Amino acid sequence: MNDKMNKKKEPLTDTQLLMTITICIFIVMYVLAMLLLKGGFLHAQQIFDLLNDNASLIIVSCGLTVVMIGGGIDISVGAVTSLVVMSCILYLNKGGNVIFAALLALLIGLAFGLVHGLLISYLEIQPFIVTLAGMFFARGMTTILSVNPQKVDHAGFEALRNTKIEIPWLGYVAKNGNLVPARMELGVVIAFICVIVIFLILMFHRLGRNFYAMGGNQQSALMLGINVKRTRFLSYIISGILSGISGFVLMMHTGAGNATNAAGMEMNAIASSIIGGTLLTGGVGNVAGTFFGTMTLTTIKKIVVSSGLKDPWWQSITTGGMLCFFILLQSIVLGRRQKKKQA
Amino acid sequence: MKDKTVNLKGGLGQLTIPIIAVALLVIFNLIRDPGFFSISITHNNYGNAVLAGNLISIINGASELAILAIGMTLVTAATKGQDISVGAAAAIAGSVFVKVLKSGAEISGGTVILAFICSCCVAMIFGAFNGTLVAVFNIQPMIATLILYTCGRSIAYWINGGATPTVTSPIINAIGSFAPGIPIPMPVIIVIIVTILFKLLFHFTSLELLTQSVGINQSAARLNGINTTFIKLLSFILLGVCVSVAGIIGVSRLGLINHETLLLDVEMDAILAVAIGGNSLGGGKFKISGSIIGAYVIQMLTITLYAMKVSSTDVKAYKAIVIVLLVVIGSPVVKERFAKLMKQRKKLAKGGEAA
Repeated sequence: MNDKMNKKKEPLTDTQLLMTITICIFIVMYVLAMLLLKGGFLHAQQIFDLLNDNASLIIVSCGLTVVMIGGGIDISVGAVTSLVVMSCILYLNKGGNVIFAALLALLIGLAFGLVHGLLISYLEIQPFIVTLAGMFFARGMTTILSVNPQKVDHAGFEALRNTKIEIPWLGYVAKNGNLVPARMELGVVIAFICVIVIFLILMFHRLGRNFYAMGGNQQSALMLGINVKRTRFLSYIISGILSGISGFVLMMHTGAGNATNAAGMEMNAIASSIIGGTLLTGGVGNVAGTFFGTMTLTTIKKIVVSSGLKDPWWQSITTGGMLCFFILLQSIVLGRRQKKKQA
Repeated sequence: MKDKTVNLKGGLGQLTIPIIAVALLVIFNLIRDPGFFSISITHNNYGNAVLAGNLISIINGASELAILAIGMTLVTAATKGQDISVGAAAAIAGSVFVKVLKSGAEISGGTVILAFICSCCVAMIFGAFNGTLVAVFNIQPMIATLILYTCGRSIAYWINGGATPTVTSPIINAIGSFAPGIPIPMPVIIVIIVTILFKLLFHFTSLELLTQSVGINQSAARLNGINTTFIKLLSFILLGVCVSVAGIIGVSRLGLINHETLLLDVEMDAILAVAIGGNSLGGGKFKISGSIIGAYVIQMLTITLYAMKVSSTDVKAYKAIVIVLLVVIGSPVVKERFAKLMKQRKKLAKGGEAA
């Protein structure tokens, strides 16, 4: 009982502490990679590559962070992303409009969020089971739509897909003397907008503060007059919509879809949130931390690949080890703090 | 069997939902195809008389899931969380099993037992690792087991040295399908043995009571002198045993270990089995029998869908719809509403009689 009371007293400081640890470790790791591995890590393009590849993961992790702060879990995000990719591609290939495709992505995400939210908050069914069913449904629908891999064949979308933001001053001079500017995809901009909007909602909007209150202690949130059911409902809607956006962003990145798209993304998103300092028990977490969590997770994978551990199993094993390290570190740090407070 | 009748008479027992689900599926199948559950005797490649039919394939196919559901129920009850690494851990256990079998010159009964003990130990060590994170460091089970979920299949790959080795031996074949002279599939017999062992464990020790008390209120359990850390750790170690048995059945069925596909996504199904069995995923009271029925419900659903010519990749979507229906029926809010409605009706009926 004591842990809960302490967390409730100063939820922000715990959040900030965990986030600071993550950011510090990320910076240390990146600097070490720069010093020891050199190569691509010295160019700014490396960071942009990481961002380009993982824009959709960042968006999904943001939604998951919101749900986790509210004390829930949503494991359907990866499957919904994959469903959105598949349906948007099929729609575009039938000669659809890009704007309507984006709306379709949002609608699918919203639909999943609505159903999850209704079942979880108003019918009081365990979130794990509901979103598990959502995950099964989305994966099944993806294969029903098409078992074969699909490729986008749409002029307007190709134009949008190839639009890249070039930043000349972060570029580097290639061996033949040409300046190669740093390239950033549009998806990264969308991801940044999502991160900033969710950050602002969580920090300054009443709804965001309600998420923290609800996750910290549902009973006291109820006593404070917060509409807990509606708040929980909204948290799943946010997560659903963000999965929809993430699907569109993933489609802009890959331009193709197949049944195993975004496989394992839900677990990667949970791992990013945890590394970023979000606790599954709720009430603690921050989207900025999640962003750095995603970056840490993907940087580790990149480092493993470029440091010459070529065997296919090393990437997952090191990721698992890193995850173990972060989880233990958080547990020990939080445990110490609580002991200090009690003393 | 005794439990079932008691609960059916009592009305809203914990087993209501799984039994209703089984009944609905059976009725649905009988209407669709009256011969669906017929059992026939055929001869397999080795000339043994064996039972065949949809019912046998349901009971046989759910074996791994049923065994995992037993362990998962314990973990859920004690720690208020779920182990999502069982599939990955089963891949590791299977790899160790094959590795030990392959290290000897020929596969005899002794090597199989040795291999089983080795894989069991490894699975228990990984279980203890998860258990330590959960019990000693107070990390939520889902997050603690996320570590093994992430890297488990890669560890299995590493044990195999980047290959998918095969084992061919009459003994392995017997474990995976039918033993000579016994018409019942071997995995089913293994499920029965494991269930009896757990029943005996609960009968002769107070583990069931202790697990429930830890799950219901950890602080109160500790104040009453229960070693909560040990109980949580033990539940994970027992799950490790279940995982290794399930992994070995999975390996024996195919005669090879494929770290990528062995018991893929079984963790989700196992958790589902626990939930369909009427156990709260929030810990506390549990019934092993519920989870086992839950496992058979899932398998029956899958086989029914296959029989309706749904392709194996699309099964998930239909499964999801049935799951949602089941949990909606079982949700506390709906139950309450339903009870109120019934009361009102009774009142109305009584009022009508009086008038």
